[in-house]
Amino acid sequence: MEQMAPPPTIVVKPSRGWVALGLKDIWEYRELLYFLTWRDIKVRYKQTALGALWAIIQPFMTMVVFSIFFGKLAKIPSDGIPYPLFTFAALVPWTFFSNGLSQSSNSLVGSANLITKVYFPRLIIPVSSVFSGFIDFSIAFIVFLGMVIYYGAFPTIAVLLLPLFLLLGLTTALGVGLWLSALNVRFRDIRYVIPFLTQFWLFATPIAYPSSLLSEPWRTIYGINPMVGVVEGFRWAILRTDTAPGPMIFVSALASLALLISGVFYFKRVEKFFADII
Amino acid sequence: MNDIAISVENLSKQYNISVGTDRGRTFREALVDKILMPLRRLRNTFTHDTSGLDTESGLIWALKDISFQVKKGEILGVIGRNGAGKTTLLKILSRITEPTEGEARITGRVGSLLEVGAGFHSELTGRENIYLSGAILGMKKAEIEKKFDDMVAFAEIGKFLNTPVKRYSSGMYMRLAFAVAVHLDPEILLVDEVLAVGDSIFQTKCLAKMSSITKQGRTVLFVSHNMGAMGSICQRGLVLDQGSIIFQGPIQESIQFYERKVLQKRFVNKPIAERKDRSGTGDVKLVDFHIENENGEKIEKIHNGNTVKLIFSYRTRREQGAKNVDLNIVVDRETGESVFQLGTRFTGQRFKHLPHKGYIVCTIKRFPLVPGKYKLNLYLESEMNPSDYIIPLTSLDVVDGDFYNSGYQVFENESKILVDGKWSHVPS
Repeated sequence: MEQMAPPPTIVVKPSRGWVALGLKDIWEYRELLYFLTWRDIKVRYKQTALGALWAIIQPFMTMVVFSIFFGKLAKIPSDGIPYPLFTFAALVPWTFFSNGLSQSSNSLVGSANLITKVYFPRLIIPVSSVFSGFIDFSIAFIVFLGMVIYYGAFPTIAVLLLPLFLLLGLTTALGVGLWLSALNVRFRDIRYVIPFLTQFWLFATPIAYPSSLLSEPWRTIYGINPMVGVVEGFRWAILRTDTAPGPMIFVSALASLALLISGVFYFKRVEKFFADII
Repeated sequence: MNDIAISVENLSKQYNISVGTDRGRTFREALVDKILMPLRRLRNTFTHDTSGLDTESGLIWALKDISFQVKKGEILGVIGRNGAGKTTLLKILSRITEPTEGEARITGRVGSLLEVGAGFHSELTGRENIYLSGAILGMKKAEIEKKFDDMVAFAEIGKFLNTPVKRYSSGMYMRLAFAVAVHLDPEILLVDEVLAVGDSIFQTKCLAKMSSITKQGRTVLFVSHNMGAMGSICQRGLVLDQGSIIFQGPIQESIQFYERKVLQKRFVNKPIAERKDRSGTGDVKLVDFHIENENGEKIEKIHNGNTVKLIFSYRTRREQGAKNVDLNIVVDRETGESVFQLGTRFTGQRFKHLPHKGYIVCTIKRFPLVPGKYKLNLYLESEMNPSDYIIPLTSLDVVDGDFYNSGYQVFENESKILVDGKWSHVPS
């Protein structure tokens, strides 16, 4: 007869202070992460007339507006790149980030029904809503590639590092998303903070303007905003701007990692109250 | 070999139900609290006043010091009124919420059904929801694929499989949700009041499925208000009241204990004459009440289809009696929904004059309610003025009395009342 592994024993008891991350638990539930991401993608454009076109319209229209007001009227420099291309290269990762941030912030509150009725690692909820943004990103990225070809700005070997900058964008979105989603369970004020936050952050990030407007050491310090690294990294990898990975991007990577790690720990610490206070 | 599946020791859970903390506090409140805390502490050290700190108000113990064990393969029924702590217990065991004190050890894979249709998304199709809900309940994709056909067959939704569930009828929706839920087969199953929905044929099917699950040596913790189902499925019972275990033992004894002790406590158990939960002028007052059957024997439970006599014993305030007295009874479901009322005004039997004391008897032939718990409210009036309103007067426990003499027990979800009717065929 086949020897069965002894069944696991779970001990349910009050946890104190900083709790273990339970990453193994998340691995156990990886299929649920897949299904929830898939659900978010499936449902996102249901019963919309334009469907997935929205993934393009959002960054594209912003690009048009920025090109007219900042590029043409305000004549903001664009590191020698055609302004529409310059700003769109930043808007593609930015849209991924800001959507991921707002989706995940509301994800826990939106899943209150699940949280009070079923157990699974709660981290899966905000993580899946950030992940589901990859589809929109891909669609917008294809449009961006079309623009790159239109403007004849063919990328170099540096494009191979693009996934790294995308990863940086992902960790930033996750980090902020975890913080805000957990805070939102307790303080519904977060819901009202998010539109402001994304708007301020948009202008605090070199999307409409280049980071080269700043001189060192301010440029490196500017990297504390992790989206600076993401956006300038994207531009460098595809458009060969002079923002090659350096101190600024390094600072961004550190800031992003700090956000993610602190976000995960904070989330795990307050997770136990979710079902009671949501 | 250790054959204990669930071992609970001194488990307690405290909830804070005060306003502000249970539904998202605002930032400002929390900030103000944090800022004022040292100040308050300072003040308290000087004045030895602890009122600002750790106020006990708004804190309630949903569970207090619970200890019990469940053996492998045992089916335990958890009985108790609403708010007794049953769901909290299941939520702690299924790790949805943490206990405040104590611990529980659970050996084996746990699956919990606290809600049917958990994770269903109305925009997704039946097929998609099977996968989603299955995954949320803890099934692996391969497992869902293996059971997929069984689930579809069980739900009887065949051709609607690719229709968004928002277009389903509520019956179809429930059936699909159940189909996924009952195919969950962990070693330990925690089930909360989920069988109380759906039509009776489907309910029977679910109960049959439940008992077949339990015969496979699975450990089950079952919470329900359906004592019939509890009695047939569970082996052992555990009665909770106000967060504490007040009885543990074989299921039938537990059910009896619960019905005797807990249900009766609900209604003020002192003599009616002394009860204060009434209103009216008191010109005519109820002093005693009981129920009799056809033969004049006192009964506790009403068998439907039989003759029932409600005996009201009254006193009038004045020696000379009272004039123009009306009695009206209203029978409500436990949920508060009225089922019927019967008044002397309806029957045209107003008592023009009642002597100082006596009995008023209300006879109901072929008692027409389906089995269940009801409340009886009494409205006593004299000269069209409220004289003695007692809401509720008592509980009514209606059990099956084979209304149609056919052996078919009619449940609440099939018919709200029992109509005294017959079928026949007339040759043309």
